Amino acid sequence: MTRKNLNLKLFEKAYLIRRAEEKIIEVYDSNEMKTPMHMSMGEEAIVSGVASALSGLDLLFGTYRSHGLYLARSGDTFRFFSEMFGRESGVVRGKGGSMHLSDPDRGLVATSAVVASTIPVAVGSAYALKKKGTRGVSAVFFGDGAIDEGSFWESLNMASLFKLPVLFVCEDNGFAVHTPPALRHGYKSISAIVSRFNCSVFSSTSTDAEVVFNLASRAKNAIFAKQTPAFIYLKYYRYLEHVGTHEDFSAGYRSQEEYQKWLKVDPLKILASKLKKLGVGKGELDKICKDIDLAVERSFKKARNSAFPNPAELYKNVFHEK
Amino acid sequence: MKSRRISYRDAIREGLQEEMKRDKNVFIYGIDVADFKGIFGSTIGLKEEFGDRVFSTPLCEDSLVGFGLGAAVSGLKPINVHIRVDFLLLAMNQLANMVSSFHYGSGGKLKVPLVIRAIIGKGWGQAYQHSKSLQSYFAHLPGLKVVMPTTPHDAKGLLISAIRDENPVIVLEHRMLYDVVDKVDDENKLVPLGKANVLRRGGDITIVATSYMNVEAIHAANILKKRGISAEVVDARSIYPFDSETILKSVEKTGHVIVADYDWTFCGFSAEVAAIISEKSFSSLKSPVKRLGFAFAPAPCTRPLENLFYPNAEVIVRSVEEKLGLKSTNLKGEEFFTYENKFRGPF
Ligand SMILES: Cc1ncc(C[n+]2csc(CCOP(=O)(O)OP(=O)(O)O)c2C)c(N)n1
Repeated sequence: MTRKNLNLKLFEKAYLIRRAEEKIIEVYDSNEMKTPMHMSMGEEAIVSGVASALSGLDLLFGTYRSHGLYLARSGDTFRFFSEMFGRESGVVRGKGGSMHLSDPDRGLVATSAVVASTIPVAVGSAYALKKKGTRGVSAVFFGDGAIDEGSFWESLNMASLFKLPVLFVCEDNGFAVHTPPALRHGYKSISAIVSRFNCSVFSSTSTDAEVVFNLASRAKNAIFAKQTPAFIYLKYYRYLEHVGTHEDFSAGYRSQEEYQKWLKVDPLKILASKLKKLGVGKGELDKICKDIDLAVERSFKKARNSAFPNPAELYKNVFHEK
Repeated sequence: MKSRRISYRDAIREGLQEEMKRDKNVFIYGIDVADFKGIFGSTIGLKEEFGDRVFSTPLCEDSLVGFGLGAAVSGLKPINVHIRVDFLLLAMNQLANMVSSFHYGSGGKLKVPLVIRAIIGKGWGQAYQHSKSLQSYFAHLPGLKVVMPTTPHDAKGLLISAIRDENPVIVLEHRMLYDVVDKVDDENKLVPLGKANVLRRGGDITIVATSYMNVEAIHAANILKKRGISAEVVDARSIYPFDSETILKSVEKTGHVIVADYDWTFCGFSAEVAAIISEKSFSSLKSPVKRLGFAFAPAPCTRPLENLFYPNAEVIVRSVEEKLGLKSTNLKGEEFFTYENKFRGPF
C-alpha cells in the first residue's frame, strides 16, 4: 500500500469514529440511548492505527471504551447505533449496549466493563491461535488503570512464560476515572517494568495514526520473530468526561490548557494535513468526509427507527443449544 | 452391559484420557496438574501420554479461568483444575462477569466449552479454607452448569458429558470419594447433565442429597431399614440444570422430604429444592421440608468440632424419626465417620 493510500485508510477510520460519536453527542441528552457512554474521542489514532496493522486472522479484545475499536474494525455504523438505541438490530441485539460490543464474526471477540478482565481471555485466545497454527495475534486494548489490577500482571506473566502471540495495547489517557497515575502507581514507568518480562516493548506519544500503525506492525512482526508477546504503550488525551458526552474541565482535576495543547495534535488534524502534503486535494477529502457523514446520518436514522427485541429474547442464548 | 469396579479417582482419569484421545482440542491445565501427584492422582500419566496438552501453570486463578474462556471461544476444549474449590473464589470475577455471560453477551455467537474441575473436601482438619463446596454460588449464575458426582460411574459419566457440552460446566469432586471403588459401565457411560439419580428406592420418605451426603443418606437408610422404614435416596447430582421432575415424583410418592445438602443451608441449594417442592408439589407434602447442611459456622479444624460441623447418618436418622413421629432408635453399635477414619493426610 502506498503511504497515501494508507493515510487515506487511517483517515477514513478516524473520521468515522469522530463523526459517529459526534452523532451520539447530538442526541444523548434526550435519553433515547440508555447506556453508559465512555467516549473514544481523542484516541482515534490508536484504534485506527492498530486495527489497520492487524489482519483478519487477528483477534481483538477491548474495554467499555471501545466505540473506536468496533468502528475501526468493522466500518459499520448501523448495527453500532442500533446497539446504542437498544434495538434488536444491534451488534449484540441490544443486550450489551455501549460497554459490551462483541462482534466475533469480525474478530472483535469481546469487550468488558470490568477493568482488565478481557486481558487473560486474550491470552487464552492467543494460546488457541498458537495451538491451531493460525498465524494470528490476539490484541487486547486497555487503559493504564488496568495495570493496577492483578490480572494484568498474571496475564503478562502467562503470555511471557508460554510465549504467546499477544499484543498488549495500553492506551494511557492520564487518568483512571479522575485519578492520575501519581496517586496509583508505586513506580515511574510502565514500559520499564513490562520490559523485564520476556515481552517486546514499544511506546510512543504520537497522535499520528501512521506512527501507531508502524509501531503496531513492528510489534506484530516481533511477536512472530521472537516468539514473545509484545506490549505497546501509547498516550492520548480523553476529550470528554470519563463517562458521558460532555466536557468536565470545571471539575478541576484537569485543565483546559492541557486540552488545548492536545487539540493542536488532534489525530484528525494531523492526518488531514498529511494527506494534503501527500497530494490529496481539498475536494477529494471533502468528498470522503461527505460520504461518511451521509452513511452516518442514514444508519443513525435507520437504527433509531428499528424495533426493540421481542420479549422472548430475554431468555435466548443463556446457554448454547444444539 | 460390561462393567468394571474402579475407584472414583481412576474413573475421573479414564474419563479425561478417553476424551483427550477422542478430541485433540481437549487440554488440561492448572496449578500442579502435571506434577507427580497429579491432583490426588486424577491426572497421573496424562502428561506422559498427551505431552503439552497437560501443563502446570503459574498461581493465578482468576486469569487461569479467563485463559480457559479465551481458549474455549477460540476453538479449544480446556479443562481447568483446582485442587480446592476455595481457590476458585479468586476467580469469581471471571466466572461471574465473564464466563457465565459470554454466550449471552455475544448475541449467541461465542460458545464456551470450558470445564472447570474443583475438588471439595471434608475431614482430617481441613478447616475453613480447604473445605467449602460452593455449588450454590456457581449455580446462582445464569450461564453456568454445575454437577456433583457421588459415584465412580457418575464421576466419569458426568465429566465426559461436561467435556462434550458446549457450555461452561463446573464439576465438583469430593476428596473423600476418591478412594471409593464401585461399578462403572463401559457402555452407556455418558451421564447426562440435568438428571437426578435415584440411588435407592423407598416409599416412606425422600432424602434428596448432594455429593458426599449421599454416602451418609445411604448409611441412614440402611439403619432405618432395620426398623421397617424405607427411605428413597435421590442423588441430585446435577445442581444446574436441575431435575425437578425426578425429585417431585419421589415426593409425590412419599410425602416427606429431607434435603441433605453438602453445604450451608442458608440461601443455599437446599433452600432452592425446598422452595421448588413447595411451589410445585405442596399438596403432596405430609410434613414441611426439612433441610440439613453444614453448621452455620466456618469449618473448624479440630476433630470433635468438625464432627459436629458436618451432618452425618445419625443426624439424618434422627431427622427421619422426628418427621415420622417415631421413637429414637438405639444407635449403639452403629459405626459412623467410617470414611474419615480411614483417611490419613498429609493433605
Ligand atoms: C474491576 C473494576 N474496578 C473498578 C471499576 C470502575 N472503573 C470504571 S473505569 C475505571 C478507570 C479505568 O481507567 P483506565 O483503565 O485507565 O481506562 P480509561 O477509562 O482511562 O480508558 C474504573 C476504576 C471497574 N469498572 N472495574
